[in-house]
Amino acid sequence: MSFLPTLAGKTRSFLSANSRILLWVPTLLFLFSFFFFPLFKILALTFNLETFTDLNNLRITFHSLRFTFYQATLSTLLTFALGLPAALLFSKFNFRGKTLLRALTAVPFMLPTVVVAAAFNSLFGQRGFFFLLSSFLSTTFHFPLSTNFVLHPSPFILILIAHTFYNTSIVIRIVGNAISRLDPKLEASARVLGADTFHVWKDVILPILRPSLLAAALLVFMFDFTSFGVILLLGGSQFATLEVEIYIRALQLPNLNLAALLSVIQLIFTLIFSILYSRTINQVSTQTAPRFSPTRPAKTLTERIFVFALSLLLVTFFFLPLISLPIRSLTRLEADRGQRAEVQYGFTTDYYEELFINRRGSLFYVPPVQAALNSLGFAGITVILSLALGYPAAYALAKPTRLEKFLDPFLMLPLGASAVMMGLGFILAFGRLIASPFFIPIAHTLIALPFVIRTLQPALASIPERLRQAASTLGASPLRVWQTVDFPILSRATLSAATFAFTVSLGEFGATLLITRPEYPTIPIAISRFLSQPGGLNYGQAMAMATVLMLLTTLSILLIEKLRFNNAGEL
Amino acid sequence: MLELRNVVKSYEGKPLLTDISFTVAEGETICLLGASGSGKSTILRMIAGLDFPDRGAILLNNLDLAGTPPHLRDFGLVFQDYGLFPHLNVFDNIAFGLKMKGFKHEGHEVHKGEIKKRVHEMLELVNLTGFDSRQVTDLSGGEQQRVALARALAPSPRLLMFDEPLGALDRSLKEDLLNEIRGILHQTKIPAIYVTHDQEEAFTIADRILVLHEGTIIRDGTPSEIWKDPQSAFVAKLLGIGNVIEGEVVEMQNVKTEFGVFALDCNKHVGEKIQLLVQQSSSPSRRGARGEGEAQIQLTVEDVLFKRDQFQIKGRGGLVIHMQEAPRIGDVITVQVQVKCLS
Repeated sequence: MSFLPTLAGKTRSFLSANSRILLWVPTLLFLFSFFFFPLFKILALTFNLETFTDLNNLRITFHSLRFTFYQATLSTLLTFALGLPAALLFSKFNFRGKTLLRALTAVPFMLPTVVVAAAFNSLFGQRGFFFLLSSFLSTTFHFPLSTNFVLHPSPFILILIAHTFYNTSIVIRIVGNAISRLDPKLEASARVLGADTFHVWKDVILPILRPSLLAAALLVFMFDFTSFGVILLLGGSQFATLEVEIYIRALQLPNLNLAALLSVIQLIFTLIFSILYSRTINQVSTQTAPRFSPTRPAKTLTERIFVFALSLLLVTFFFLPLISLPIRSLTRLEADRGQRAEVQYGFTTDYYEELFINRRGSLFYVPPVQAALNSLGFAGITVILSLALGYPAAYALAKPTRLEKFLDPFLMLPLGASAVMMGLGFILAFGRLIASPFFIPIAHTLIALPFVIRTLQPALASIPERLRQAASTLGASPLRVWQTVDFPILSRATLSAATFAFTVSLGEFGATLLITRPEYPTIPIAISRFLSQPGGLNYGQAMAMATVLMLLTTLSILLIEKLRFNNAGEL
Repeated sequence: MLELRNVVKSYEGKPLLTDISFTVAEGETICLLGASGSGKSTILRMIAGLDFPDRGAILLNNLDLAGTPPHLRDFGLVFQDYGLFPHLNVFDNIAFGLKMKGFKHEGHEVHKGEIKKRVHEMLELVNLTGFDSRQVTDLSGGEQQRVALARALAPSPRLLMFDEPLGALDRSLKEDLLNEIRGILHQTKIPAIYVTHDQEEAFTIADRILVLHEGTIIRDGTPSEIWKDPQSAFVAKLLGIGNVIEGEVVEMQNVKTEFGVFALDCNKHVGEKIQLLVQQSSSPSRRGARGEGEAQIQLTVEDVLFKRDQFQIKGRGGLVIHMQEAPRIGDVITVQVQVKCLS
């Protein structure tokens, strides 16, 4: 490829200005045709007299905006109700199994939305463990089902809980970091100066934590605001947030003007939140000490109870859905096909076996396992495409000129657009063309590209010129220099970026749902269709596929974490 | 008057302070000197109420402080790394204690005008007039420590505590600020406990020095008392007083060392190893009438260092003395010394 002249061992001069521009051509061309062009189409459709003259459009917009804010606010509050004590727990105290528990709380953040939705379904859904338990209790002991609030929460509560499940780790990370960077001398100073506990918190601790609290709240709120898969799969389309409404107006009750308007509103809010977030996160570093204060074991009885009860709660909350999903995928809890009378309970591998059978009258024209093969294929193309596009851009950004620094935010802009909006853009821009399955990996690449560039760029920038010079003065040929210096650093970053793109593609739901054709289902699409259909077998297959996806994603996350760790150790 | 009575404290299961008793009189500045990790800071934290003794009592004017939380003790504490509130500017940092006082005694709320006046007095006292609205994070280390000092002084504390306040500052700044603190303490007459591991600071600022070692106070005296008689090899070494040499009791009143035999009665048995303090005596006493421990020793010069107004001579066996004129390396010089027994 054109950027290989690193072989010459020079930094800047190896590429003329002309060939540097060439580095940008593929990436920019890609973004213009698949991001900015669809975005332009959406904008064109939005700012159209027809959009605003229909009062119904404005009413629906207002309602979905209000509901989006409502659910995002409640979700954020619930996330903080769990996240703040957890942040305190992890930043102040030492206890057995702390590292493991912390890792556990971070797992959901990386999981695809369909997996989380399926996991919650396996507990609280119509065929979930808790639901079956509550019906058992109500038939056997005549507990009224409606009052069985804990075992059978309403879909809305379930959405809030799932959002909490997703985003608690954000609060733990941002606020927990800030708490552990609080200089303990500040509290000591305040106390000696006459502040009681109330004033220590009100006048010292909370003001110092304010930027971190605000940053965490903004980020959590933004994720809840743009949440799609969880709401659609756990709640259904009556829970019309902006995202869900876009989906409905794009496919189910077509009104593309309204869908476009909703997308633009969504984009504006996301951009506002991102700008506010990056402003507050910048204040976080200036107000806290650069080092960490040590953690300690719980001493007083209150502290012990706090540590014990909270870690028990966290284990239950985060582990139960993750373990219930695979168990449910191997458990028979209903009557067999054709034997309605007799309910059989027990272990079964039917759901997995069924994935390989192409039944007549099934949801697809192909055996469900084909969805997995499709997903792997799309993920493979996404990896190749995002690396091919990400490499030249990351290479240019590693030592950017002033103009190239200016281009950087444009590369990151797709981060601000929601997946559903991208899908809508594709529909508007390419119409019938999207019947081609190739648009799916293109959409996935759009989503993965910013992350791929951000992974490769620091690695490319970090290769110290001195290392190359040292190697060549020690007698290494240019090829040997590349082999011994550039390759080991780049291979890690490349593998890490590739795994990331792979994971994103495997789990992507929103964009795929809008542009997919029935003949080319991906794993998440198949799961969502299985979940929306009646019958124990369909449900079981959703559980089985979600389990497979969860395992694949978890393995990928572990790989990324391992690569990052090694990388950090060497640099 | 502050009094510590038989205070015992352990840290993570290990005894840290085994038996601490001392008093601080009105207007007195005492200096707590000890190696790092000896528990100096813990003593301050216990006096402030931020930590609690396992046994023993801390009393102020004969009243036990055990039930008094830190915010009601009216003490001031100055840390090595300042502990300034990063979200408040200079004015609000200094005003913090005054405002808290206002909250404490409801009905007697401190007026804004009074707070302003007091903060400006404090800023003037620490030579930071006009710094009111500066952000504390933008100040230099020395300026931050002045703000911390002003903040501690503003509510007129009954006792001031300094925890290695100059440890993070460079040398010249240290001397300036040390003299200022000394001046302010004399002026305000607030009793103070000053914790340090730097003997120069201790000798400069203290009315009385307490040396902390292995969990207890092993020496308590004025700087000149301690300089004249450190009593133990540990104190002599810690404070850099004279030279500590090894010796052996050869007869009842004679101790043999590598610098010769000295006539000393150390109350030890013949054959016992002991440590001696060798201090250079600048004015030899009258010829012929030698006092206890006075002696002349012959020293081969091994190294000569220029030290401002005099020369530091390193001799055989690591003995260090000071002279106005520089001898040459290899010269044998005669030095008048005072030798004392150490425990």
